[in-house]
Amino acid sequence: MAEFNVDPYVDLYARRTSGMSASEVRALFAVASRPEVVSLAGGMPFVQAIPAEHVAEIVESVLAEKADVALQYGGGQGSPGLRARLAMLMAEEGTPADPEDMVVTTGAQQALDLIGKIFIDPEDEIVIEAPAYVGALSAFSAYEPRYIQVDLDEEGMLVEQLEDALVHGARPKFVYTVPNFHNPAGVTMSRARREHLVALCREAHVPIVEDNPYGLLRFDGAPEPTLRSMDPRNVIYLGTVSKVFSPGVRVGWALAEPGVLQRLILAKEAGDLCGSSFTMLVTERYFEGGLWRRNLERLVGVYRSRRDAMLAALGEHFPADAAWTNPAGGFYVWATLPGYFDTQAMLAAAVERRVAYVPGTAFYPDGRGGDRMRLSFCYPTEEEIAEGVRRLGELLADEEELFRSLSG
Amino acid sequence: MSEQPLERIDGRIAVLAGGQAPEREVSLRSGHRVMTALQSKGYDAFLLDPADGKLVETLSSATITACFITLHGRDGEDGTVQRVLELLDVPYTGTAPFACQITFDKVLMKEVLRAAGVPTPDWATIQAAAIRDLGAGPALARVSERVGMPAVVKPSRAGSAMGISFVDREADLPHAVMSALSFSDAVVVERKVEGPEVAASMVGTPDEPLPLVEIVPRSGVFDYAARYTPGATEYFSPARLSPEITEVCRNAAAAAFRALGLRDVSRADVLVDREGRPWVVDVNISPGMTDTSLLPMSAQAAGMPFPDLCERILLLAVRRR
Repeated sequence: MAEFNVDPYVDLYARRTSGMSASEVRALFAVASRPEVVSLAGGMPFVQAIPAEHVAEIVESVLAEKADVALQYGGGQGSPGLRARLAMLMAEEGTPADPEDMVVTTGAQQALDLIGKIFIDPEDEIVIEAPAYVGALSAFSAYEPRYIQVDLDEEGMLVEQLEDALVHGARPKFVYTVPNFHNPAGVTMSRARREHLVALCREAHVPIVEDNPYGLLRFDGAPEPTLRSMDPRNVIYLGTVSKVFSPGVRVGWALAEPGVLQRLILAKEAGDLCGSSFTMLVTERYFEGGLWRRNLERLVGVYRSRRDAMLAALGEHFPADAAWTNPAGGFYVWATLPGYFDTQAMLAAAVERRVAYVPGTAFYPDGRGGDRMRLSFCYPTEEEIAEGVRRLGELLADEEELFRSLSG
Repeated sequence: MSEQPLERIDGRIAVLAGGQAPEREVSLRSGHRVMTALQSKGYDAFLLDPADGKLVETLSSATITACFITLHGRDGEDGTVQRVLELLDVPYTGTAPFACQITFDKVLMKEVLRAAGVPTPDWATIQAAAIRDLGAGPALARVSERVGMPAVVKPSRAGSAMGISFVDREADLPHAVMSALSFSDAVVVERKVEGPEVAASMVGTPDEPLPLVEIVPRSGVFDYAARYTPGATEYFSPARLSPEITEVCRNAAAAAFRALGLRDVSRADVLVDREGRPWVVDVNISPGMTDTSLLPMSAQAAGMPFPDLCERILLLAVRRR
């Protein structure tokens, strides 16, 4: 008799890999990425709005003038020139930043992993929003925390819930939040909540991890101050150029006080020695001069129109008892359906009708969110968005009819 | 299992993989592996994805000798692509269209098995149209009377355990039915058989069964994750069953293959109950060929390495011409 060991090392893997398995939903996304499917699922920035010839010039100049640096290892903290540019980007949102307090990371995603690495021991409590960015859940879960979930509403995190948890003895290592144009919820934390959160965390001696990838993609209204600007000593700030320039260069950063910063840099060096000198130079030059600003204005215009197209289509095609958020920026609308919907099970039928979304369950660590879905408006055209939402609306109507008949 | 030395095969072998069914990703993995295996045997094999819209154009070229089908799910397993290949007069591996169509649809397949006296667990069929157009929702209460609990709810036309749920209480039935209907326009609610699961595969004719593979998922459920995460399931071949029970399982599978009119290659999933009786719960005309798939394990247990298995299946198709 033979035992087939498909993977001979299965008993050797660390416990933290237990959640890393094949999934039906991921298999469906393989179909959803086909061109005939309108994908409202992915969060791909519309990089076509960045003129390729402009980037080509930069790449050429980098190689012509700085090939010795571009093709070489660099320091683990990232080049000073780039950090100065990134500090300038933060100033756009009114956040003072010293380039010396910054470490450049491979996208903000790596910063999330480094935060997990330096703060979380197995069974430690950390606070996340419910729903939470799925990539943060993947990054943190590898370090086996226990999640304290704090719900969101139109004004962002329900800070009273967090206060309640702290009063009842919760001792989280940190509070993770996406205050602007939340992924997936699309909401922005109000000024009052920001003030409450910052005061509460300072008092409780719990650091805040502020993840702000979409802050510069505001379509309307006045910006709220970043949490970092409200309490530099207790807020670790994460930024990225993925949404304002390109996710392909993989440039993000973390801004933190010296103790945290030093550990982040050492952890980063342990992981990959340093970021890409080449794309760091390209990014640094991209943010020199004024062209980036015009490109960003164009991007914001495109996203604003697409958001409008999505909200209009939702109003026209979604059932009357559905609700959705009204994002003032960013990439995502978060829709809540009547409780009998199972958006994960429904995804196959959606893909069959040539439209895709991300089921809400992806954004909760505990299986909740079955009646929610994340709809992205960043990548498809306005026409595609209208058509995709129409297809989805038809499916929802059919599912509702089916449910009514099934439940008598 | 050595083949007679063959006349040299000229021309190209199109390995059909991909498609637009939910099992697209699995199919691409199967196809890539088959292509590489055939290339290692000296065949001019290449991957052809029908979703790219160039199927007919590519196959109309005179240089194509045969198609090796590694499509899974709808269009690839239900006779659709097979009918196109019949029209184009291109030899292909596996079963002819009508038998594909029946086997892929669990409702029809189970009817055929029952008529032929092949043991398959009791079931009830629920069609979406009956619920939507005939207001048959209230009849759902009868389903649990008919089938009993616990039960397994399956889409009639889907694979890789997609859309399947296990139901312990009647109250959970509506949700499970709705989930399965997401994948298909009908569902089968089947009595759950408790006991070991084995896969019985054939290569050639129903009378040439390969050794059984026993399936032991670590999570207890052989779902999508258990199927495609290496290490999530333990497999034993031959199965750890008595010679008598092994024999009745193989006979049940062979009877199923015959009743359904299958050829070249297929796999039956068989559950063994506490009394040692076999129950055929699924039959697959295009078994997975990935590195965690059952047919290749079965062939390996029979001493047939993967490239030999692929060549054997291919030659069955080529020789039919």
